Amino acid sequence: MPGLGTSFGRGGATTSLQDLSHADAILIMGSSMAENHPVGFQWVIEARERGAKIIHVDPRFNRTSAMSDIWVPLRAGSDIVFLGALINYVLQNEKDFREYVAHYTNASILLRDDFKDTEDLDGFFSGWDPEKQQYETESWAYRGARLKKDIYKRSKGGGHAQDRGGEKIQANEFEQDKTLKDPRCVYQVLKRHFSRYTPEMVERLCGVSQSDFYKVAETFCSASGPEKTAAICYAVGWTQHSKGVQLIRAAAILQLLLGNIGRPGGGILALRGHASIQGSTDIPTLYDILPGYLPMPYFEEDSDSITEYIQEHKTDAGWWANFDRYIVSLLKSYYGHAATAANEFGFNWLPRLTGDHSHIGYWIEMAKGNVEGLFVMGQNPAVGAPNSRMERKAMAKLKWLVVREMVETETATFWLDSPEVSRGELRPEDIETEVFLFPAAGHVEKEGCFTNTQRLNQFHEKAIDPPGDARSETWFMYHLGRRLKEKSKANPNPDNAGLDALTWDYTLAGEIREPNVEEVLQEINGRSVVDGKLVSGYKELKNDGSTSCGCWIYSGIFPSAGENLARKREPRDFLGHGWGFAWPADRRILYNRASARPDGAPWSERKKLVWWDMEKKKWTGTDVPDFTATKAPDYVPPKAAQGDDALGGDRPFIMQPEGMGRLFVPSGLRDGPLPAHYEPLESPVHNELYPRLESDPAAKRLDSPQNPYANSPDERFPYVLSTYRLTEHHTAGGMSRYLSHLAELQPEMFCEISPQLAAELGIRNRSFVTIATPRGIIEARALVTSRIKPLKLDGKTVHQVTLPYHWGYKGLVKGSSANDLIALSQEPNVRIMETKALLCNVLPGPMEHGPKALEELAQVMTGHKERRQE
Amino acid sequence: MLKELLWKWPLVRQIATGSDGTGPEAMSEQTRNLRPRFQGAQVARSVCPYCAVGCGQLVHHKNGRLISIEGDPASPISRGHLCPKGSDSYELITHPNRLKKVRYRRPHSTRWEDLDLETAMDMVADRVWETRARTFVANKDGKTLMQTTAIAHLGGATLDNEENYLIKKLFTGGLGMVCVSNQARI
Amino acid sequence: MSVTAFLTDSTLCIGCKACEVACKEWNQVSNDGLDWRGFSYDNTAALGHSTWRHVAFVENTAHPGQGGNAPEAFTWGMLSDVCKHCENAGCLEACPTGALVRTEFGGVYLQPDVCNGCAYCVVACPFGVVERNPAEGRAFKCTFCYDRQKDGLKPACATACPTESIKFGDIEDLREEAVRRMNHLHSAGFRDVHLYDPQHTSVGGVHAFFITRGDPRAYNLPPNPEVPTSYLRKGWISAGIAAGLMLAGTLFAFYGSNHE
Repeated sequence: MPGLGTSFGRGGATTSLQDLSHADAILIMGSSMAENHPVGFQWVIEARERGAKIIHVDPRFNRTSAMSDIWVPLRAGSDIVFLGALINYVLQNEKDFREYVAHYTNASILLRDDFKDTEDLDGFFSGWDPEKQQYETESWAYRGARLKKDIYKRSKGGGHAQDRGGEKIQANEFEQDKTLKDPRCVYQVLKRHFSRYTPEMVERLCGVSQSDFYKVAETFCSASGPEKTAAICYAVGWTQHSKGVQLIRAAAILQLLLGNIGRPGGGILALRGHASIQGSTDIPTLYDILPGYLPMPYFEEDSDSITEYIQEHKTDAGWWANFDRYIVSLLKSYYGHAATAANEFGFNWLPRLTGDHSHIGYWIEMAKGNVEGLFVMGQNPAVGAPNSRMERKAMAKLKWLVVREMVETETATFWLDSPEVSRGELRPEDIETEVFLFPAAGHVEKEGCFTNTQRLNQFHEKAIDPPGDARSETWFMYHLGRRLKEKSKANPNPDNAGLDALTWDYTLAGEIREPNVEEVLQEINGRSVVDGKLVSGYKELKNDGSTSCGCWIYSGIFPSAGENLARKREPRDFLGHGWGFAWPADRRILYNRASARPDGAPWSERKKLVWWDMEKKKWTGTDVPDFTATKAPDYVPPKAAQGDDALGGDRPFIMQPEGMGRLFVPSGLRDGPLPAHYEPLESPVHNELYPRLESDPAAKRLDSPQNPYANSPDERFPYVLSTYRLTEHHTAGGMSRYLSHLAELQPEMFCEISPQLAAELGIRNRSFVTIATPRGIIEARALVTSRIKPLKLDGKTVHQVTLPYHWGYKGLVKGSSANDLIALSQEPNVRIMETKALLCNVLPGPMEHGPKALEELAQVMTGHKERRQE
Repeated sequence: MLKELLWKWPLVRQIATGSDGTGPEAMSEQTRNLRPRFQGAQVARSVCPYCAVGCGQLVHHKNGRLISIEGDPASPISRGHLCPKGSDSYELITHPNRLKKVRYRRPHSTRWEDLDLETAMDMVADRVWETRARTFVANKDGKTLMQTTAIAHLGGATLDNEENYLIKKLFTGGLGMVCVSNQARI
Repeated sequence: MSVTAFLTDSTLCIGCKACEVACKEWNQVSNDGLDWRGFSYDNTAALGHSTWRHVAFVENTAHPGQGGNAPEAFTWGMLSDVCKHCENAGCLEACPTGALVRTEFGGVYLQPDVCNGCAYCVVACPFGVVERNPAEGRAFKCTFCYDRQKDGLKPACATACPTESIKFGDIEDLREEAVRRMNHLHSAGFRDVHLYDPQHTSVGGVHAFFITRGDPRAYNLPPNPEVPTSYLRKGWISAGIAAGLMLAGTLFAFYGSNHE
């Protein structure tokens, strides 16, 4: 999460669900929390019952809106205009929490003279290279900060790593104007940057009345300050945009200005949609990072030697000064005794990245026939991924496919019963792909940890054996690895040095020979190499190969034999200490040093959390301090100090080299140091804020004949399309459409449209409609509801059409997949696709089936499709 | 004997006890013996597998069979509650459409076949080995690459941390696979 | 052991249907058909033999800027309906086999092993709760989780409910809680909240009361539920009068014939 990562230092939610109940206002935007996190929403209800105001900003009036005090519908894709206007409101009316802002954020830091803002360059920041279609970010650095070597070179690497494991600049070197008056200080630059984000613009671009805007602004801001705090909750309604990271950045700026980070009832809660989606970035199954957010080495950029790699990512000041300890300990964990100082701890056995190896990136290669084999485990891209039509067709180019699932998903049977087969685009007889579908174990049939939305690791115990040949992924990976290592032993080859060195000896138990999961968790926790003793936390890790640790941020989860903290079920307090283990170091509210004033006393009695105990000379409170416990508030680092010692006693953001929350991000982002509004890649209107630019210049459209776009605007596709989830289903449906008690609750694909649009098109409630985008054509039942409202944008009526995306061609209830309509696209930082704001057309009546569906789509594309009235 | 038999007749009990026939006297043996079906079962502490709220679950099981799954009241996050999906976890584990055997589709085939698990594992290991051997690039321009882009992986956000750890360790650390991805983005 | 009840509060209901699923999972009730109704988000339609908790959705015109639980607007109401477990229960009075019984917790329990499927209870319920399963013949309804209550556990629906919109407990405590809640809502500016607790009709009170926004009828809660046997007295009088008239008519007929 570079949005949060670059702003605060860590890519995780800053707070806990329970803590929402302490908020004085909660802004839910980019999320339908009541629908998708119903049990988490109890804390919002609790806050509301205590008197907090709940604000929901969302294109649809959904079950979250129904529980909120204020609902504001806005045009999908215009969120930065709205948030920018909130920031502008705070700055213009001096509603910012000045003491917090001055001490804990980079507001006072001066920028270089060659930095140019969007105000100066018609929507661009300085450094835009029109040839490479990317930014050269040198001018965004703090004035006086030294650049790390070759700042330009590091533009190819993956987004997840960009904000972690170091910086492109020595951000601890800077000049300051503590009065915030200098026109080159971040505060003044910010003020100027957001000055055009006015309530009038909100009205014109978001379709939100000025009075509604003021209502939100006043409600949210008046719930912030020393005595009060306000929280923000978001989910993929913010992230799945071509500028998703910048949307979260805008929220981060707002919360920093209002002094809401690190304090009880404040923060930004990223609501995540899968049981361990946080865990799968912490211990990633992602291409661009290694466990603990260490970047994957990139060919020719940082990878010539481990020394170069460490130099590139280690910082002088802040916590990342420990970078070398974490990478060396990880390599020791992977390669064991074979990893020595002499062979750079096996650094050269790690593969180097050479491009975009993300899902979308390699899928495009797959479509070209460049990928031979694919493993899919607990994901269903055939209906769950953008441009599903292309996803399915690409799989037909594979030589072999391994799917591990609890049910027969669409991904496993794309060759048999996909729409492409019925439409004549694919013939099973022509598809070479060999498919292995392995039955997978469910959560009660294996043990292990999930990391929830608030960074909390919870171990789930095994209750029963999996049925038949169903097995855990632990089992599958172990026994696959064992076979491969045996093959390597039989055919020695230097290419296999890493595989040969890989430590792979876990105790096996039972008839099925299941590996011991707690041993894997202990490996993740880390050990002292000499005596095999478990380390008590990441502070014990060394850079000389004397410790091993599979994921440094999880270190401390298993501090001694028999003490699996993720398994603990004895909550001692409201924040749940004693129940599971939150990374890092069991801290439940991050950056909680900021809950105290610079001098260490709580901002107020009502909002106290962590404070400096003058007598005991240490930080204390109801949470584990996210700070060196004995570092006094008035500590001033000596000149030569390194790492955490280089941060003063009033610097709560300990991961950052400057120790401050970043209103302005000097390095780590690819599309700008500040958020700016750009239209979605497909938009019904022009970008009135920056008329020279329509969409985010750094975002990748990935245009191709298989992935075509509509124009912005486009008469053929006049409506805004947005997708969403329902409470009754889960993602692409593999865990819900097959279950009778969930299938019956939402048994059919539908499309929510306003009564006004229904009247315009002659659509009756319950009738069939056909929905088309340049990528695909699908069918749904019309649910005509006044919960969807047409918006007036500058006098023009804009209709929004919203689709749940849970259906597919298998399961107890079948239906079209909304993802057939979505474009492959990539946000510049994390390569996420834009699903929340696209363009579509709606035709009354059912879709043609078989090959005729594609003929109809072609007619829509040429603008020759007449609307069939009922 | 006869008395016992007669006593089972609600009307007799009703007359004998002078009640109106709608209270305990009208209860059948089955009703009188009614108890929650997880009585005497073992309980595993678990976590809901759906969204990322991480609700606590109590998994009741007896003799290797699942009895029921419900919320864990001790959880400081969920306080014993579950949403409709979490409440349907028992069905998730026990429904008849769950896969229990490996299914295999040959190239160009129009149907599934069953496959023995160990055979399937051997075949997958062979495929990985063969593809990797053919596509692995150890060096480029004299510099370390140690990479194959011909084998890819997708998935992880629904898996356990330990599983993701082993996936990354084997696929990337051992085999040099760089195309590793999952649902997680921002 | 105390007499228990449900208090279901629509001002806390998020319409997630966890109650429906938790009920079906615990009681092993089958699904209710996989038909999409196009009526808001309600696809289980009503209480019946395979739906013992049912979440009703009431959509009103949405006003931007006013959420459903802001006092000034009422837009999308949700409420989980359930068997009322009446004090004077029509089903229980109508049952000829003794299949329906009053439990020690005050609930009305339908014994599946005694039920013979005559369906007298179905027509006798003033709330339309009980329904016969046409596939296997017997009638079914909410058990008040009698099995769980015997072990001191909450019913499955109340256990699951994420926002504690469904409260379960001692009936007197809950009645007090309902009054407190109503006062709280009134003081917070909710002028359209109603406590639905029909104590003064012939059902004589219920073990499931509700707080609704707007008219309870919108959630399928009848304003004056009457137990059918309350019409018996009137029925007997009418029958007596009718019999008398018929007798008189007959006599009159003979009387007339004598005159000929």
